[in-house]
Amino acid sequence: MKKRHTLVVQVEDHPGVLNRVVSLMRRRSFNIDSIAVGHSEQPGVSRMTIVVLGEDEEIEQVGKQLYKLMEVLKVTDITGQNCVAHELALIKVAAKPQHRAEILQIAQIYEAKVVDASPTTLLLEATGQEEKIDALLTMLRAFGVRELVRTGSIAMLRGGPAPAGKAGRIERDRDQVGVGVGGAFAVAD
Amino acid sequence: MAVTETLRPNRTLPTNGTHGRTVEPVAPVERPVLSGAEITCRSLEAEGVTTVFGYPGGAVIPLYDALPRSNLHHVLVRFEQWAALAADGYARVTGRVGVCIATSGPGATNLVTGLANAQLDSVPLVAITGQVSQPMIGRDAFQEVDITGISLPVTKHNYLVQRVEDIAPTIKEAFYLASSGRPGPVLVDIPKNVFIQKAPFAYPATTGRRGYQPTSLPNMRQVRLAAEAINRAERPLIMAGHGIMLAGATDLFARFVERSGIPVIFTLLGLGCFPESHPLALGMMGMHGHREVNAALEECDLLVNIGARFDDRATGRIDGFAPNAKVVHCDIDPAEIGKNVQTDVPVVGDAREVLKLLIPEVAPRRHEQWLGWIDSQRNRALVDALEDRPESPEPYTIIKAIAEASKGEAIVTTDVGQHQMWTAQYFGFNHPDRWVTSGGLGTMGYGLPAAIGAKMGRPDLEVWAVVGDGGFQMSLNELATAHQEGLDINVAVVNNGYLGMVRQWQDLFHARNYSEVKIGGPDIAKLADAYGVTGITVRKDSEIRAAVERARSTPGPVVIDFVIEPEANVYPIVPPGASNSEMMHDLRFRDTE
Repeated sequence: MKKRHTLVVQVEDHPGVLNRVVSLMRRRSFNIDSIAVGHSEQPGVSRMTIVVLGEDEEIEQVGKQLYKLMEVLKVTDITGQNCVAHELALIKVAAKPQHRAEILQIAQIYEAKVVDASPTTLLLEATGQEEKIDALLTMLRAFGVRELVRTGSIAMLRGGPAPAGKAGRIERDRDQVGVGVGGAFAVAD
Repeated sequence: MAVTETLRPNRTLPTNGTHGRTVEPVAPVERPVLSGAEITCRSLEAEGVTTVFGYPGGAVIPLYDALPRSNLHHVLVRFEQWAALAADGYARVTGRVGVCIATSGPGATNLVTGLANAQLDSVPLVAITGQVSQPMIGRDAFQEVDITGISLPVTKHNYLVQRVEDIAPTIKEAFYLASSGRPGPVLVDIPKNVFIQKAPFAYPATTGRRGYQPTSLPNMRQVRLAAEAINRAERPLIMAGHGIMLAGATDLFARFVERSGIPVIFTLLGLGCFPESHPLALGMMGMHGHREVNAALEECDLLVNIGARFDDRATGRIDGFAPNAKVVHCDIDPAEIGKNVQTDVPVVGDAREVLKLLIPEVAPRRHEQWLGWIDSQRNRALVDALEDRPESPEPYTIIKAIAEASKGEAIVTTDVGQHQMWTAQYFGFNHPDRWVTSGGLGTMGYGLPAAIGAKMGRPDLEVWAVVGDGGFQMSLNELATAHQEGLDINVAVVNNGYLGMVRQWQDLFHARNYSEVKIGGPDIAKLADAYGVTGITVRKDSEIRAAVERARSTPGPVVIDFVIEPEANVYPIVPPGASNSEMMHDLRFRDTE
């Protein structure tokens, strides 16, 4: 069954590494939902959060193929783990005077901040799980969403020492395929 | 076999604990100040490179300026694509890294097919390309292309060198990546001004990358699971792939086969890893595999794949592949496990290391009944018919004549198509690293440049390029290279006047709609003469042996034009998209059906 998997990929911070990752995903026909890249706590190491849609076997292939890139240091599938996976959205919503109060009320429910206003629009900043942003958008569409930008999820496991322990790590070279969690890939330790 | 074994370098990995940092030699060494071009040559020499294949151009003029002062022998090809494929042929027969050089822009893009060829067949290759000078990069300068971007999907890794000090460590790392783990092509792009800049040179002693840790040693638990499956099986089959030769494991593989008593089938690239003359060797599998081989695949209860990647030309339709078998898959690349075929027992590791651990765990056995059943599936009528002498040269007779004359010792390269399959089916490969063919990419024109590379790498061995008239016309300009180098190679053109394999598919699957497959060509013997090499034309079956002998005794390149029956087909054939059990046979040689 296809489902969304959240992969945390630690990579060497080299020119062209994002290109290598995205090119790999495209040529192997993997389906990227979102990708977010930034610095990590380690100098010289960038951290990508990639949300991929696919069967468990496909995600196992994604991990193994990613490891074939020289810059990829570690791939962790944190799907279903105890983690925080949030994104940030900026939403410019049409706000006629008679609708402003209602929009502000909706923003309050979803803990979205008003970061700018104009005579005809309100600019909301929302953070949280994708589902929450989706729900907020559903509420706002009735008023007219003029502009929208979403960062895609960034994710981190709760508790424990950074970075993310070993839970869910797709092993570079383990061969317990078929006997790991969900029959898809190995979980070490 | 022994000679080949000694040539293949020990595949012990360099120290890998430096995490990407280059460690300078400890002892104070002389560090001469050299240009980037000189550093490139010295680095190649330090890697043990003796032969490079290339073509000069604007961006690599500084490199070609330094080349005559080096110990490198440069083979001047007539087209950059053939430089990459000659380096590929060189690598396959020597087990060393093949090296090719091209200039920026069109020189670099012409390498791409060769890189893809090496990538799909796991051939260790280092390509050095010139790039426009750094200040010009990104400005659409003359002969500028983004070759690192273009070659990204068809290389194991690539580099754009930005500083002259980085050339030596980059080449060190490039050779390490190309030859370790699952081998593959690595491209190093060097801007013209970096070739000219100077820096102190000392070749680094070690290299390594944090993000590159190829698995060499298998997990013992998985090896035991594999052994258990092997010891329990009643109708086991070994599928032998290129990885056995890449790992230098042919000796261990032979011990494994003889101990376990399991019959061996080969992928196209696996041919030669175990002598086909051995009673346990069954021959090639898949789309043009022998009938008894594909029948055995249907029937087997265990398939042990060592060093092959379950290519679709070998498996046929996946859901009909080895339907009754448990699958053991040994591969050095974890990503191959479960990619195409569901695996019951995966073993990730170098074939040599896997076999070392596996052999003592496997019980000595014989499978007489199973072998008897497989033997009963052979097409006797076909075997007998091959002894007949038709009027026009029969393709099988040509292949067998070359095999017999060279006592099966020759290196054989091919192009892609019917002649390639005829050779794979009937040459009878008994030595590793002597069957040089483009398996994964299916590159037409490969045969002649690969033969040039092979002869440069193994001048001690007889070399034959078996090519079609279509592929020959793609790379025949390399006759000039062979002539210039005075190479003693023989080219057998299996000439049917058609793009034969495409015509065969049109014949069998497209209602004989022969669309754009009738391909004329030059008088090949005259053409050979024009290039200053010996040309022979053979039109009768009875002339085959004499022509082969004449080619063998004539020094320098020889081209034989074997004019064969235009519509001869390759049988058996599994129709595209069908499973191996649905193979079609030559109606002339029908026996039991």
